[in-house]
Amino acid sequence: MKLPCFDYEAPATVAEVVELLAAHEDQASVLAGGQSLIPLLALRLARPAVLIDINGLSELSGVSVTDGLVTIGALTREFAAEESATVADAVPLLAAALPLIGHEAIRSRGTIGGSLAHADPAAELPAVARALDAEFVVRSQSGDRVIPAAQWFEGYLTTSRRSDEILVEMRFPAAAPGTGVAFQEIARRHGDFAIVGLAASLTLDDGVIGDARLAFAGLADVPVRAAEAEALLVGQRPSAGLFEEAARLATAGLDPPADLHGSSEYRKKIAATLVRRGLQAAARNAGERQ
Amino acid sequence: MTDITVTVNGATRTGSVEARKTLADFLRDDLDLTGTHVGCEHGVCGACTVIVDGRAVRSCLMLAVQAAGSEVTTIEGLAPDGALGTLQQAMWDSHSFQCGFCTPGFIVQAAAFLGAHPDADEQQIRAALSGNICRCTGYQSIIDGVLLAVQRSRAGISEGISEG
Repeated sequence: MKLPCFDYEAPATVAEVVELLAAHEDQASVLAGGQSLIPLLALRLARPAVLIDINGLSELSGVSVTDGLVTIGALTREFAAEESATVADAVPLLAAALPLIGHEAIRSRGTIGGSLAHADPAAELPAVARALDAEFVVRSQSGDRVIPAAQWFEGYLTTSRRSDEILVEMRFPAAAPGTGVAFQEIARRHGDFAIVGLAASLTLDDGVIGDARLAFAGLADVPVRAAEAEALLVGQRPSAGLFEEAARLATAGLDPPADLHGSSEYRKKIAATLVRRGLQAAARNAGERQ
Repeated sequence: MTDITVTVNGATRTGSVEARKTLADFLRDDLDLTGTHVGCEHGVCGACTVIVDGRAVRSCLMLAVQAAGSEVTTIEGLAPDGALGTLQQAMWDSHSFQCGFCTPGFIVQAAAFLGAHPDADEQQIRAALSGNICRCTGYQSIIDGVLLAVQRSRAGISEGISEG
């Protein structure tokens, strides 16, 4: 369908954005890459009175590293992050997930902050942010708040961002030496939303797992960390038996949703398979970053 | 209404648009460039793919006002003098398409991709075209056409023939 009517604002500074958000609150939507919001408008699933287009805000784009933290501006395009040597080097899990997002033409416009603010639980970036304990910086007229990933994702397409706030940047911890990563997913077609996806990260120190991170996409209304399986892995040496047990623990308590793409039982089975595959792949490439 | 100026296929074009008008509808309705097809109108089918500032985008997911000041290439811009380019000729020769509705989206997406990856292999081409839907062919003939274009471009370059 054609888009519904809305008032259109294209502010030039973040200060103007927060002023507009304060004035309109939940009557306004922030338009970043538009790869999710424009379809929602076309399908009448979103009917904002005001669209605040932030594409002119170059201050919100870019990747920088300071003191072991990689800061990514909310408006950084997915293709730009995909081509960033800094992201490839310092946030390899994000680099592994980026090529799986949508299709090339989607990543031309889609933004990192837009995907994380949209918070589709089947999307790749929320699982990556949850796995890495990324931090979200939001701004309003009353200043900035920093929200950890564990508190960012509140439900289906719902975050803890207030309607008078704009997401300005995300901070990811830089990967430690010896970190191996994998983003695994099962989808019917390259670029489709995953039926189940898994972000996996292992840090090896002298062959022993010092840090393990597992987060699923597509298994609940928010990305899901597998804390028990992570605890099992830490202090152990990688082995097929260990990864088998981790897969069992990671999926034991899950009750994934069923839809036409897969039953609950099917999702649970492929989740376990992805844990085994993801951990094997992460353990393999951990050595390359020693 | 907002006045916009966009460079389309090398020519400066102006228009006055509502904010809610997509780039796809601006190209088709205001500029009469109906080669860009509108299929699903919510970013799933890829039929409306155009090139904006060097990158393939879905023109149904971009507002016309957002294209102000940009350079846009549509399917019409790929054969400005009416002669088929290497990619289009290769797809013609491979019987790549049947009904033709998805054709402009596939050609523009493939042209943008080959521009950045002239030596692409079959797997890369399949991934690059995964966002375009064809309901006729089963895709094999489309992939064959793009691969033939890659081969011909390579041969052309090695023989020093300039490509149109």
